[in-house]
Amino acid sequence: MMESFFFLLFAAMAAGGAIMMIASRNPVSSLMYLVLAFFALSGIFVLLDAHFLAAVQVIVYAGAIMVLFLFVIMLLNLGHREDIDLRGHLAKLVALVAGSALFAAVTALVLRGDEASLASEESRMAVDAMVRSRGAVGALAEPLFTSYLVPFELTSLLLLVAIVGAIVLARRRAP
Amino acid sequence: MLSLPSILQEAHAAYEPILPAWILLLPLIGAAVNGIGAFNWRANKAIPSVVGPAAVIGAFAIVVANFFAMSAAAPHDPTIVSLWTWMAAGDLRVGVDLQFDQLSMLMMLVVTGVSSVIHVYSVGYMREDPGYSRYFAYLNLFVFFMLVLVLGANFAITFVGWEGVGLCSYLLIGFWYENEDFASAGKKAFIVNRIGDFGFLVAMFLVFVHFGTLSFESVFAAAPTTLAYGGAVITAITLFLFLGCTGKSAQIPLYVWLPDAMAGPTPVSALIHAATMVTAGVYLVARSSVLFAMAPVSQAVVAAVGAGTALLAATIATQQYDIKKVLAYSTVSQLGYMFVAVGIGAYTAGIFHLMTHAFFKALLFLGSGAVIHAMHHAYHAVHSHEDPNDMRNQGGLKRFMPITFVTMWIGTLAISGIFPLAGFFSKDEIIWYTGAYGYGILWGIALLAALLTAGYMTRLMVMTFHGENRTGQEAQSHLHEVPAVMWIPLAILAVLSIVGGWVNIPDALPGLPAVHALHDWLHPVFEPARSILEGHGVHAAHTSPIGGGEAMWAGISTVAAAVVVLLTFRALVRRSWKPAAESVEPTGLAGVLYNKWYVDELYDRTIVLPLLALWRGCWRLVDAGLIDGSINGLAAGTRAVGWIGSLFQTGRVATYMFYFVTGVLVILATFLL
Amino acid sequence: MNLDIENASLILSAFLFAVGTAGVLVRRNAIIVFMCVELMLNAVNLSLIVFSRSLGLEAQVLVFFVMAVAAAEAAVGLAIIIAIFRHFEGVNVDRFNILRW
Repeated sequence: MMESFFFLLFAAMAAGGAIMMIASRNPVSSLMYLVLAFFALSGIFVLLDAHFLAAVQVIVYAGAIMVLFLFVIMLLNLGHREDIDLRGHLAKLVALVAGSALFAAVTALVLRGDEASLASEESRMAVDAMVRSRGAVGALAEPLFTSYLVPFELTSLLLLVAIVGAIVLARRRAP
Repeated sequence: MLSLPSILQEAHAAYEPILPAWILLLPLIGAAVNGIGAFNWRANKAIPSVVGPAAVIGAFAIVVANFFAMSAAAPHDPTIVSLWTWMAAGDLRVGVDLQFDQLSMLMMLVVTGVSSVIHVYSVGYMREDPGYSRYFAYLNLFVFFMLVLVLGANFAITFVGWEGVGLCSYLLIGFWYENEDFASAGKKAFIVNRIGDFGFLVAMFLVFVHFGTLSFESVFAAAPTTLAYGGAVITAITLFLFLGCTGKSAQIPLYVWLPDAMAGPTPVSALIHAATMVTAGVYLVARSSVLFAMAPVSQAVVAAVGAGTALLAATIATQQYDIKKVLAYSTVSQLGYMFVAVGIGAYTAGIFHLMTHAFFKALLFLGSGAVIHAMHHAYHAVHSHEDPNDMRNQGGLKRFMPITFVTMWIGTLAISGIFPLAGFFSKDEIIWYTGAYGYGILWGIALLAALLTAGYMTRLMVMTFHGENRTGQEAQSHLHEVPAVMWIPLAILAVLSIVGGWVNIPDALPGLPAVHALHDWLHPVFEPARSILEGHGVHAAHTSPIGGGEAMWAGISTVAAAVVVLLTFRALVRRSWKPAAESVEPTGLAGVLYNKWYVDELYDRTIVLPLLALWRGCWRLVDAGLIDGSINGLAAGTRAVGWIGSLFQTGRVATYMFYFVTGVLVILATFLL
Repeated sequence: MNLDIENASLILSAFLFAVGTAGVLVRRNAIIVFMCVELMLNAVNLSLIVFSRSLGLEAQVLVFFVMAVAAAEAAVGLAIIIAIFRHFEGVNVDRFNILRW
């Protein structure tokens, strides 16, 4: 009961934030709405028993990435309301149709899928047991540092490359 | 009591051909050697002078040896020499087979004999020409192909020879190819011949379809039993064969190339367009006598076309001023006679006239060549550009060229059918048979054409040799008789023109021994056809359609011809002509005849120009328009499609995003549906 | 039609993804477009989390990696936008169209 209530609340926040994000003319407002959507999503993550990821979502996404976006907006002095930002009526119609079609298609797929496609009770119980025994963080750490160690290391390498790339790309060229 | 012939028949051994392949090889080797000479040692005239004539004289010697062997053996059936298999595909088996029988032997004698004489003559005539080696190469090659034609034992080999002589004719007519008119004459000959060749080919296809073989022996043996007498198939086969003959032997409607062919050197005209190649059509009909005997419609067509051509050409010849053109139309006319003969079933008479005509027509052409040679020298010496061929520039040449004068009169009397020269016997036999078989109209036409022949030939002689000389004062002093190498062949042919008719003297003529040599010689070849004809009620009567026997009409025709000669002579010898440069074109009926009844112009308007328009249309519409257009259109279309594709590349993220979404939706749709 | 939290989350994920797509189609500001892309990534993360509940915790590992990569991508992408800004005097994506035929 409570679960449903909170889920609906967070879902509404996420959906509303997303819509407002694409509808808002002011870039900073768009950004803020997106941060709201991220927080809502984090809440839904908690409801889905992915506690660690909920935390990571807030810290990394809302906390770091969005801040970075904000920095860039400020740096480029784009924080003003611009009317040119939104395309004309035809584009809006096309976007509406495309988005609706996409949404409808995926929803139909989801709702058509029967119980059997979403795994059996046994695997669900196994996941539950895992989470209960090691905790949320531990349950995630187990595959991360054993089976997926190489991708983990590569990810760190990726981040290094990204840092270097960002510095090089944004550097002001000597005149 | 045993008669002499039957003893001979039993006593002989079978006829074995002597060196058969060498008959063909000698001229071929001669052509090769002279051909190499044309490229490599062009200045050397000695080698072609020897190799050219020697190749043909050698072939003639071998043929003579074979002739004696064959007459001793007197075989009834042909002897086939198989050299190798040319085509063996499915049901078709064509071998390179040579047929040695009485008809091919006779043709070979005529071809190699007259060729030898003309080759020797050419040594003198072409002496100063830079293309000397090339000339003899082509001439030898022609002899080779002509021999292939007459020796062929099946339609295919004969066709190879047929095409080959057409090729050599083209090469030799356009011998002086730098002159565009001469080259065009060569082209005309080849193209008109081709139409005839199409007929020959269709006939071959029909023969193969109905007989399964192309070999003469098999086809002629099977024809009477396999096909219906007078049926559509046999008529079609023979009519298409005859189409080929009208092309090669210059009959209506395909005779128009022969007068233009006079553009070639005169010995070529003598050999190819008088004695040998143009007789190939007559030979073909004679060879296929069995097939023609079975198709009375075709026979009627052959005889009618022959008669019509004889008369038409004779009328045109009366108004021509070029000495060679007169002789050319005369040849067309005489070929008409030969076709009348083989058309009505008098095969021996047709071949007889073929033989005698070869003698006196070659003589006449070589004589005219001597005249042209002398005139050319005379004009060359005074740097004049007048036409040496034009009779209006000649006149009174008997003073300067006595030997040529005498021999040409012999030829003229022979062709006019004056007793006892060769033409009398052969032409008279044809005229008699047209009457005896009951073809009244043909008989009348033949008689009329004979009288015209006497007339225009006398006119030729008078304009050229009698009266006063019109060559011009200076040039006149350079006129002289031709060298021995040229008048000896004239003499040989003159003798043959005198005695050549004595191989077949009819019984009916009183006071003369009856000689059937030619008739007996050719009897085995024509016997099947004659028996078919007789079986269907065709036989010679003993009186002409308006009464009187053979002797009477022979006498009447020769006397009438002699009268025409004398009257024409008297009428024309006192007349004075102007030289060609000062003459005007004749008008009225004479003008029509001078312009050859405008047949060439008619063909041009009705056939050539529409065809040219069609070809031009094909070029513009089909080739440039349709084909090029479609290829270019394809390229343009590809470019258009590419341009449409490029419209998708806007460089804008939103557009690409839209494409992504569309694609994703399509994929999702495949899951949903 | 079972509308438990998992199905509902999946429907929400689909919705967020569709909104992100529509945003890319309708906005001209490069940075906003970028944010819409981030939104789409998050929608995917949400669906992955849903599936991890029944299919195993490897999905959450994947979510982890997605977040890491998204961070890296955001850094580099924004650096590029800064560089483009210097060239084009603005971040209107409609003007970044010289990469065409």
